[in-house]
Amino acid sequence: MQIYLPIADLPVNVFLILAMGLAVGFISGMFGIGGGFLMTPLLIFIGVTPGVAVASVASHIAASSCSGAISYWRKKAIDPALALMLLAGGVIGTAVGVWLFTMLRALDQLDLTIALSYLTLLSIVGGLMASESLRAIMRSRAGKPVVLRRPGSHVWFHGLPFKFRFKRSKIYVSAIPVWVIGFLMGFIGAILGIGGGFLLVPMLIYLLRVPTATVIGTSMVLTMVTMASATVMHSVTNHLVDGVLAVILMVGGVIGAQFGARAGSKMRGEWLRLLLGLLVLVVGLRFAYQLVVEPGDLYSIRLVMP
Amino acid sequence: MMSRCRTALTALAFVLLTSVPVSAERLVISLSNHRVMVTSSFTGVDLVLFGSVEGDQASVLRRGGYDVVVTVAGPRVTERTRRKERVFGIWVNADARTFIDVPSYLAVISNKPPDAIAGADTLRRQQVGLENILLPQRIGPDVADTVRDDPFRQAFIRLKKEHGLYIERTTGVTFFTPTLFRADIPLPSTAPFGTYEIDVKLFADGVLVTQSSSALEVIKVGFEQFVADAARDYGFLYGLTLAMIALLIGWFASVVFRRD
Repeated sequence: MQIYLPIADLPVNVFLILAMGLAVGFISGMFGIGGGFLMTPLLIFIGVTPGVAVASVASHIAASSCSGAISYWRKKAIDPALALMLLAGGVIGTAVGVWLFTMLRALDQLDLTIALSYLTLLSIVGGLMASESLRAIMRSRAGKPVVLRRPGSHVWFHGLPFKFRFKRSKIYVSAIPVWVIGFLMGFIGAILGIGGGFLLVPMLIYLLRVPTATVIGTSMVLTMVTMASATVMHSVTNHLVDGVLAVILMVGGVIGAQFGARAGSKMRGEWLRLLLGLLVLVVGLRFAYQLVVEPGDLYSIRLVMP
Repeated sequence: MMSRCRTALTALAFVLLTSVPVSAERLVISLSNHRVMVTSSFTGVDLVLFGSVEGDQASVLRRGGYDVVVTVAGPRVTERTRRKERVFGIWVNADARTFIDVPSYLAVISNKPPDAIAGADTLRRQQVGLENILLPQRIGPDVADTVRDDPFRQAFIRLKKEHGLYIERTTGVTFFTPTLFRADIPLPSTAPFGTYEIDVKLFADGVLVTQSSSALEVIKVGFEQFVADAARDYGFLYGLTLAMIALLIGWFASVVFRRD
């Protein structure tokens, strides 16, 4: 069934978009991630312009992180104080990100920035994940017990002022690094159309030493609010959010995530991480390919004013 | 007295020059449809334009036959053509030109290739054919059209052709009789909405004989158009609604798939 995406200005098959939502939802449920870093590139690869892809995926991520956040809320696995503190930085970061997005678009460099950022981010994260999980697999093959990396000891920023006690997470840290992390996540999310869970969770664990009990739920709250506000801000400034595309993706995404979560619980942790790492690497390489290979057409047109 | 006489003479000369053309043919045109409704299932349409060359009693219709060029120009837009160059091994948009108030859609339909209808000078003066259409660019503080072989201008026309928005049909006009013709105007599914100007030029022996114009309107209707309008005109409400829908869908999923 062919439909017309009003903002992307593209006729597409509904079932293709729905299947993409399901597939990415499945993967996101399996690995406990938002899936934006897969969805945005996929949309770009099927011909949606990077700007529309980023802006529309924001609302898709808001939906999937909302359903996640609610189930973590029921399990009391969210630290509300920490979430609020992260959000204080996150919403500002989102606003700055949307502003930069608008500027880059006016300068004709938005597509390049998105591709380069994805390439850098995904190859680093994918490479680290894959090598780390490979080492873990080798170790367990060799019969040695799996040694989890211990959270870092006292780092310089633990000496910063505005110390704050986060009761549910049982940590006592300065609010400054919390704000900075929130800001970074909001900023990256607005420009790249990713929830950033795969960056945020390790940061919270290794830098702030947030316990695993509250880390995923809290990060989902941050993602949900920053992505919902990114949706509104992108709509106001760039008018690039495709509602039809977003709603189809959301429906596919939330359903896929349920099946993914069940499949994920049956797999071993290291293998799951290796798989995710490789997936991230492949998406990154696809961007590299696009940047390095001479485009079929050196020219392109962008509508400035109707 | 003298001045009044001169005024009268001028007026007479004006009337003579404008209302009685050198050749006496008239062009009567009729379009199959002046309003095109574009719905979500719209896959494009061919509009039909009928035309008839009429001569008054005094004039004799030419034996050499007539040539017709129909030019349809869609709503005016401003677009930017960018060119990629390799910088440090990667391809980036390095250069760009802004085209101001150019037709978003342009169809040039004729009964034979324009260069077989009239000389290059006439075609250029009358802006007949994609090569001769005015495409003003912003050049520094000025707005002007460039030379025909400007690479950005050529790339713009080529890309618009690839998108199906700039069309050249050299056999799109069919003559039923030496004076009665029809032209097929193809509107693609991506035709932008707005007013389209139709300009029909009649040539004989390489000279413009007369011309006539009409217009058509493309209106997009349906849900997709509603969404597009809302996104453009009510950005804040649109964004807020979508964010709410997202949170609702998320909440709904967590209720439906609740496992505890």
